[in-house]
Amino acid sequence: MLIKKSSLFEIPYSEVTPKSEYLSRRKFLTGSAAVGAVLAAGRAFLPEAEAQGGLQKLAGVTKSSYSTEEKISSYRDVTTYNNFYEFGTGKDEPAANAKNFKTTPWTVVVEGEAAKPGSYDLDKIMKLAPLEERVYRHRCVEAWSIVVPWIGYPLSALVKLAEPTAKAKYVAFESYYDPKQMPIARRAGLPFPYVEGLRMDEALHPLALLSVGMYGEILPPQNGAPFRLVVPWKYGFKSIKSIVKIRFQEKEPPTTWNLAAPNEYGFYSNVNPNVNHPRWSQAKERRLGELFKRDTLPFNGYASQVSRLYAGMDLKKFY
Amino acid sequence: MLTSKWTKAGVFLLSLGPVGWLVWKGFRGELTANPIEFLTHELGDWTLIFVILTLCVTPARRLLRMPALIRFRRMLGLFAFFYACLHFSIFFVFDHFFNVAAMIEDVVERKYITVGMLGFVLLIPLAVTSTQGWIRRLGGKRWQRLHQAIYIIGIAGVVHFFWLVKSDITRPTRYAVAVGLLLGYRVAVWIAQMRAQPVRPAGKLSPTDGS
Repeated sequence: MLIKKSSLFEIPYSEVTPKSEYLSRRKFLTGSAAVGAVLAAGRAFLPEAEAQGGLQKLAGVTKSSYSTEEKISSYRDVTTYNNFYEFGTGKDEPAANAKNFKTTPWTVVVEGEAAKPGSYDLDKIMKLAPLEERVYRHRCVEAWSIVVPWIGYPLSALVKLAEPTAKAKYVAFESYYDPKQMPIARRAGLPFPYVEGLRMDEALHPLALLSVGMYGEILPPQNGAPFRLVVPWKYGFKSIKSIVKIRFQEKEPPTTWNLAAPNEYGFYSNVNPNVNHPRWSQAKERRLGELFKRDTLPFNGYASQVSRLYAGMDLKKFY
Repeated sequence: MLTSKWTKAGVFLLSLGPVGWLVWKGFRGELTANPIEFLTHELGDWTLIFVILTLCVTPARRLLRMPALIRFRRMLGLFAFFYACLHFSIFFVFDHFFNVAAMIEDVVERKYITVGMLGFVLLIPLAVTSTQGWIRRLGGKRWQRLHQAIYIIGIAGVVHFFWLVKSDITRPTRYAVAVGLLLGYRVAVWIAQMRAQPVRPAGKLSPTDGS
């Protein structure tokens, strides 16, 4: 029996490249672009979610009334504690292993039951709609949570551009997958490429966000650069990262965690303290940075905005 | 060298290494974004490692012909208990904040916690009876029987790990292999012993008798 030696990939936390080193390399590359972007900006830069990553800054970002007032998690926490199994299953592995993840050029294919399918390059993606900052709670199925100042625009903006037909009942998403850039993906125990999906009314909900940045800058690779989904009322694994394909379809799309463990992860995966994971409780969560667990809120605290989507649904059955 | 008291002191200090390392990391703020989860997992890891080290002593004594290694078995076993206590304390304090009722609910409802608790609870009588005094009180044979619970503890620890991971079973598999090999060694020894001395029905001559 061959036991794979993974010491190559299992990096102790102490060996993660010091942030200053990592950042200074990127700073050199993006410095001039950042200056240009900021100078071209016509609108106020948001102070509360100060950029700390040294990545390209995003200009012209407006505040949104959908933001929560809760304390924003530290940039360091949000960028060094990630589930991005293509780059390793340890929480610190994506930050270390995704450093060279090539996120430009990038293409997103929009296809399926739509009148205006198409191909969007990075430039088109960044300019598709005015950028907003949305400070959202983000709740992982593992019972920890963070508060992130995402930057992006509503998913509905892209959906409306594509003009889905009446047959389009669902929106399916697919992540980038490249075994060469992601050699450690084989160990994850998940089928790749990572896929996810939403019901059409969920996709059109104003809270559903397509994100191109966070903390005033573009997304770091470990957080799903350059383009990802954020669905704050669902468990974090539904907020698919590094999107390359969006398809409108009639049938409910497959979702990766449901394929891996159908009795543990459902299609809807709405945050629900009353429906436990078969192996652990969902009643409480650890907000990173806090010492003691806090109560989990139905729909991650977005119940007033989204519960109407599920009126009459048995949420224990449609977990 | 194996019989020197300095060696024993050295092994003792080395065994405290993981705690020291974690404290050092704590001061440097390197306990990751979720320190409680990190500590729980690290301490759980070290518990399993020390259970495995304890299980290694007897095979090492025989295969390496170093009976003197017995000196370290109790210490390693007690360190396994030490790390298990730390692991359990984090769970009891930071997951449940001393709330016994909530903890009991977890133990009953989440099977990975049930089996983990089983392993921990079984370690307690082993730790308590680890002294010479208790070996005398119980008598060698009964003491040995009781301490064979370490086999169940090893299995419980591995199952606990398997039942808590989401999808990547690489690490629990490694521990499963280690525990499997160490228990497999005992099974092999037992089979060999059975073969060497076939059981003879009392009062009757066996086919091999009387030759």
